[in-house]
Amino acid sequence: MSQPLTLKARLHRAERRRKLGAFALVAPLLLFLLVTFLVPIADMMRRAVHDPELSQVWPRVCGAIDTWTDRAHLPGESVFAALAADIQESHKARTLATAARRLNYDAAGARSLVFGTARALPSRASSWTETLIAIDERWANPEVWAAVARASGPLTSFFLLQAVDLERSPTGGLRAAPPDESIYVDVLTRTFVVAFSVTGLCLLLGFPVAYLLANLPDRLAYPLMILVLLPFWTSLLVRTAAWVVLLQDKGLVNEFLMTLGLIDDPLRLIFNRVGVVIAMTHVLLPFLILPLYSVMKGIKPVYMRAARSLGAPPTVAFVRIYLPQTLPGIGAGTLLTFILALGYYITPALVGGASDQMLSYFIAFYTSDTVNWGMAAALGTVLLAATLILYSVYSRLVGHGQVKPA
Amino acid sequence: MGEDILVAFRGVQKTYDGDTLVVKDLNLDIRRGEFLTLLGPSGSGKTTSLMMLAGFEVPTQGEILLDGVSLHNMPPHQRDIGMVFQNYALFPHMSILENVMFPLRVRKVPRAQARARALDALAMVRLEGLDARRPAQLSGGQQQRVALARALVFQPQLVLMDEPLGALDKQLREHMQMEIKHLHARLGVTVAYVTHDQTEALTMSDRIAVFNDGIIQQLDSPRGLYENPRNSFVAHFIGENNVLHGHVESQDGERALVRLEDGQCLRARCPRATLRGSRTSVSIRPERLHLEEIGSDVNALPGMVEEVIYHGDHVRLRARVAGNEDFTIKLRYRVSRPIPEPGDAITVSVAVEDCLALDPIG
Repeated sequence: MSQPLTLKARLHRAERRRKLGAFALVAPLLLFLLVTFLVPIADMMRRAVHDPELSQVWPRVCGAIDTWTDRAHLPGESVFAALAADIQESHKARTLATAARRLNYDAAGARSLVFGTARALPSRASSWTETLIAIDERWANPEVWAAVARASGPLTSFFLLQAVDLERSPTGGLRAAPPDESIYVDVLTRTFVVAFSVTGLCLLLGFPVAYLLANLPDRLAYPLMILVLLPFWTSLLVRTAAWVVLLQDKGLVNEFLMTLGLIDDPLRLIFNRVGVVIAMTHVLLPFLILPLYSVMKGIKPVYMRAARSLGAPPTVAFVRIYLPQTLPGIGAGTLLTFILALGYYITPALVGGASDQMLSYFIAFYTSDTVNWGMAAALGTVLLAATLILYSVYSRLVGHGQVKPA
Repeated sequence: MGEDILVAFRGVQKTYDGDTLVVKDLNLDIRRGEFLTLLGPSGSGKTTSLMMLAGFEVPTQGEILLDGVSLHNMPPHQRDIGMVFQNYALFPHMSILENVMFPLRVRKVPRAQARARALDALAMVRLEGLDARRPAQLSGGQQQRVALARALVFQPQLVLMDEPLGALDKQLREHMQMEIKHLHARLGVTVAYVTHDQTEALTMSDRIAVFNDGIIQQLDSPRGLYENPRNSFVAHFIGENNVLHGHVESQDGERALVRLEDGQCLRARCPRATLRGSRTSVSIRPERLHLEEIGSDVNALPGMVEEVIYHGDHVRLRARVAGNEDFTIKLRYRVSRPIPEPGDAITVSVAVEDCLALDPIG
């Protein structure tokens, strides 16, 4: 006869079955998220620092440049020889363009330098140092060699630094990038400013609507709720295009204001910051209203009555009793809106001007136009990091329990 | 004057839809310092009357005076009336102490003073040491005490309570009834209390206004309501009653002879003047019935026991008496006395004083 199981063991067995069942229920989603979300993010972060391009086509010089320690002077003859061999080989293998492009990211003009050198390079030379400098004297500049060293892989901080407008000096220290290359801090700031304005505007417009919806009888609240949800059911492109129609110089809004005689010349409402903020606010408004509404719906009117009966005038009762109870909704709604706004791409691309493009535009640009995946990944990583930092600050300010719909 | 009136309803009417009156012509005086209960079934207009007094509903007609001043157009926060709500309505985002300090803080009482008074109020409801907790961390009874402390802390002259004990279990409810009654006696505050629980009304009130169909059916002391109900509604809403239907044969002052549906005659007290031959319903309380002889001036009714239910301190007989199959007799239980069994024929005696011929039911 087997020993009867202890109470604990039996509990454990029963619990295990339940846990396995629960896990089986979430497993498909977990797998889906792993493949479509977590792995791509990890890959993005890897690409932001992974830099194998140059070392694949120029393996010799990438290996030899490690011997170059005195960065104030030129590297030794062995490094020059390795470079010459690599250039000859990659010229034949037609992979020279890859190396030229990768070097050009870091050192302007490197493209012509590499191709020019390849065309003039003799098959044999007694001193590769002198030969290369004779072909193009830029090889005598340690900064060019520093760029080669930085690109030699397999890991690089180059993309991430560029994404925050920094670069390495030839001696390895950090310094600000030259002003004509420093755009990303501006873009990042602009991205946050637009996201902040849109979120603020959404809160300003959405709070009264959510309040109305939560306090109307259902008979009236449901049709209004459909109006709030309507944008959800319309294509983003259609809505954005509709704003172009409405806001352009000869659009409805300007025509109307001019007919009323309020303005003489059309206002510039589209293809600038105003258009971006208006269109994005419209698109994102439901994301703020819905969580806020669900929280407000849960606040019983008896609290306001209690406050009134205890001697609070309506405004005091609202500020001290109602508003604090909506904080979880405000927290969830603004956070959702803000994070969605940060990554917005289509709307600013269609209704914004050149100076209104947000970070996601540049990510798309590097991904599809220049195929500079390192840079795209670095910008994505910076955006992700900035969002996470902001979230942690925010959740600490509002309180952890508050950033969720009740 | 003699009576010191604090609240006066004068010809108050209320309709929500313009068709039906929820409150029809309410005239009610609440005396200073009394515990007055508005008792009635749901939809009888009692809560609406309370809400009009609190200022959350506006009378369609008539006016309400508080201490001689018309409350017309006075917003709730200026009325200085404390209120305890059905589910307490404690502010969930504030601590217990902040909840009780709230009425003082909105009255611009300095923080230190407000704190001291709030702590006093919490001590008064015997809730020391819980002031930092949130309402959700308290039991129902404790929340109830906080709501009481919050409604009393600013020393209003009138406190309204809207079914405040409805959410508590029976034992706690009975305990809180006594506690509220004692608080009332100690503080001398005027209380207007709404409930649908007649036991609660009987045990707590100085006077009870029984509401039905938007009208006060009777306004009296608990004893007055129980012993001398003015109509059948009050007789049946307050306590238990057996009903026997019949017609008035003759009336002599407060005494009437009633011919029951099965042909028997019954002498009954009849407080209102009736026409000979008019229909009437006689109400008889189960505990006023006897199976033995109880002297002169009694009615004796033959019957048959249908069911016997043992309740420990008393025995209930369900019997068929004068055509009523659901006639209840409540007997004090004594070990020495034999209890009839189902099927036994019995003779039920009841004093004429305890038979009340009232308006006909049904």
